[in-house]
Amino acid sequence: MSADRAETAARLRELLETEGDSVQANTAVFNRGRYDSVAELDDYEELKDRAREIKEDAIERLPELIDELTESVEENGGHVYLASDAADANRYIEEVFAERGAETLVKSKSMTSEEIEVNEHLERAGIEVTETDLAEFVLQIAEEDPSHIVAPAIHKSRDEIARLIEEVFEPDDPPETAEELTMFAREYLLEKVTGADVGMTGANFLVAESGTMMLVTSEGNARKSAVAPDTHVALAGVEKIVPRFEDLAPFVELIGRSGTGQDLTSYVSLLTPPVESPPIDFESPDVPGFGGSDAEREFHLVLLDNGRMAMREDTHLCETLYCIRCAACSNTCANFQHVGGHAFGGETYSGGIATGWEAGVHGLDSAAEFNDLCTGCSRCVPACPVKIDIPWINEVVRDRINHGRGEGFDFLVDGLVPDAEEGGPDLQKRLFGNYGTLARLGSASAPVSNWIGSLPPARIAMERLFGIDRRRPLPTFRRETLVDWFEGRGGPRVDAVDADREAVLYADAYTNYVAVDRGKAAVRTLEALGVHVRVPEVPESGRAPLSQGMLATADEAASAVYGALAEHVDSGGDIVVIEPSDLAMFRADYEHFLPERSFERLDENSYEVLEYVFGLLENGANEEALRTGDDRVAYHSHCQQRSLNLEGYTEAVLSRLGYDVLTSEVECCGMAGSFGYKSQYYDLALDIGYDLVEQFEQPGERDRIVLTSGTSCTDQLDDLMTREPIHPVELIAPE
Amino acid sequence: MATTHTQGAFERSLAALDVGLSRTDPPGFEATLSELVSEPAVGARLPFEGLGLPETVTLDPSPRELEEAVTGVTAASFAVAEYGSLVLPATEDGSEQVSVFCDHHVAVLAESDIVRDIPTAFSRLSEEVGEARASAIVATGPSATADMGELVRGAHGPKTVDVLLVEGL
Repeated sequence: MSADRAETAARLRELLETEGDSVQANTAVFNRGRYDSVAELDDYEELKDRAREIKEDAIERLPELIDELTESVEENGGHVYLASDAADANRYIEEVFAERGAETLVKSKSMTSEEIEVNEHLERAGIEVTETDLAEFVLQIAEEDPSHIVAPAIHKSRDEIARLIEEVFEPDDPPETAEELTMFAREYLLEKVTGADVGMTGANFLVAESGTMMLVTSEGNARKSAVAPDTHVALAGVEKIVPRFEDLAPFVELIGRSGTGQDLTSYVSLLTPPVESPPIDFESPDVPGFGGSDAEREFHLVLLDNGRMAMREDTHLCETLYCIRCAACSNTCANFQHVGGHAFGGETYSGGIATGWEAGVHGLDSAAEFNDLCTGCSRCVPACPVKIDIPWINEVVRDRINHGRGEGFDFLVDGLVPDAEEGGPDLQKRLFGNYGTLARLGSASAPVSNWIGSLPPARIAMERLFGIDRRRPLPTFRRETLVDWFEGRGGPRVDAVDADREAVLYADAYTNYVAVDRGKAAVRTLEALGVHVRVPEVPESGRAPLSQGMLATADEAASAVYGALAEHVDSGGDIVVIEPSDLAMFRADYEHFLPERSFERLDENSYEVLEYVFGLLENGANEEALRTGDDRVAYHSHCQQRSLNLEGYTEAVLSRLGYDVLTSEVECCGMAGSFGYKSQYYDLALDIGYDLVEQFEQPGERDRIVLTSGTSCTDQLDDLMTREPIHPVELIAPE
Repeated sequence: MATTHTQGAFERSLAALDVGLSRTDPPGFEATLSELVSEPAVGARLPFEGLGLPETVTLDPSPRELEEAVTGVTAASFAVAEYGSLVLPATEDGSEQVSVFCDHHVAVLAESDIVRDIPTAFSRLSEEVGEARASAIVATGPSATADMGELVRGAHGPKTVDVLLVEGL
């Protein structure tokens, strides 16, 4: 293993042990809340569409909205400063302190202020800064960075916090329970609030037409910070602006649900500063009228660019600016759940969308630190309230990182592989990105290739060169491919003239060269239901290179696949896909590679195999032609299949045929293609995989037949369980 | 006037939030309020004609009185039935501070001021906050945090909230 990989693996192992449990327990609570809470919304999808529309429009018109907001805030009596970068923002904020002769600051939680490191800056200028959000307060005394956008101390357990408070404050009666700890912090922080000269908040949204800011909190510290001192500084990225007041409505219903799973967070502050509430003069404690302060309220809005206006001009990073910082993409991510934001994050932001933010505000180097932890499983996509295609942003940034940081090994693979990358991706990425070619070679040279692949010296060499963990069994290539088998049996067995439907079964590399049985089962199943099936040689979908950030190669693959399938589609045929990650290419990712019309043609005519079977049965096909039974099965749907909302079709078909189905509840199996093979991520992949295994190994469930839809899930479960998983189509296919 | 349906939804939402709901009418207002208030108490003037706060509730408190008060009494502009949210205006006499600094917040709400849902609330807020360039808090239940390992009420704001609904207003 290379030194880099060994280091990454060690760091991840450490976080798995130290912070993983807390992060996992807390994100699980957020996710359960989110699922329950969005289920109660009748118009969840409409709200998301509306939210996205508002953000699209706002980012499009951003320069004019900045002007409008500035005018509004100034009309209200506040000041606006448009800061070009962190240093500029910090300089302005320091000036506000200097002009006021202010020495103390109470601050409510704001990721944007973490981005510019305002605390460090002000402290260097001699100002006492106190974080009043309880989690931020804990991190401030622990001298740690946030590990989550919404719950910054999510990685800390109650016991750790109790120990920390005892060490730092040495109280006579150390608080222990969550209640005692909270009350200790409340008392301590109240003193800071009453003694503060300035209050600082972020802003979740800013309304251009009125100068109103919306702050979403649950503790009430932002309310106190904004109204107790007479000076309020709000710091917000320029992307937080929406045009009109009414535009806030959909976000109010989405943000809490998406983030912590609450219907509405306790406090949604709608402040149009300077606010009318009287400032409190705590230095005159006995004077009625809140101390009788005659100070005028002062309000400063610092709007931060720091790379955002450039992101707006960047076709791919632009969508990042739609982000409302709810962290649903973190919570829903299996990798994040296990290692948290200290591994899965850059200088400031963490989780799925963080790659976009870090690339935009801190640059590619910061994004590169953790970008590979996004496996492209896409579980964050349906969770995102503004429908950002987060995996796509991550692949784009990965591609840029690849080309910005070539390792000079290209000559080794250039002659061997047909990818379209010029320089750039490291050897490990290029190997996995060219999986289709490898599988073809492996199959052509089987059984020798399988034998070599099983030899310890070969595994050691593969680990050194490519970082393929030697503990992970390699797939066994089959000499007879699915395409060969199909030709060998004489092609289709249902004549086109007798068939209601004609389908091409898409033979992806895994089905064609490795899991040939699931391909055969699919053919038998479709034919039993009266479909005229063909299994032609079709190029690889491009999933493998896409997931390594090799966009040029993926782009070429998309065109080749469309070229191979267009005629079939144009003549009214269907495309049936076994591998869900390939279907996700046809239905989602190809939008980025193909002309709109071509993308739509493929999208509309492609089906997941069990979705297709469901459709056939619904349209009168005879279910008795399939293998029915009352077996108990444990089913794990592939992550991308779930993101496409297709899990239900398999469950419905299985139930209809009489099977008793238990469906997995974890977000992901931890494999996501190449991820679990890579030596730096092997332990993490296993840790995640065992969550899934645990559910299927509960007492009373151990007799169930294990079914999985995707290649990676099959590999993972096969390695971790004694029961050998099969594809659902293998269960229902007639002999 | 809020419909029975809306009132029912409001009651259910408050119950789910552990927020108390008491009903009274203008003649019974002071007596009912006094039962809800634990002293020392501070308050902000009510905008409802004919409704005043009892003398035990200090208006325009000093900072010390504000800090030491157990109960804070303020008016809510209106409420959102489906979430049990209270819209608390930020007024010149410090209703925002009164509602956030005390352990117990009592919100006085006119029966006619319950709206059904968030879209309805936002068209009203758009006028009362957006167009008026004013400020308000949409408060849903007591202050809460889970940052110390489990859910705790009263992280910075009130630990308990009571709504006093005045019928016929």
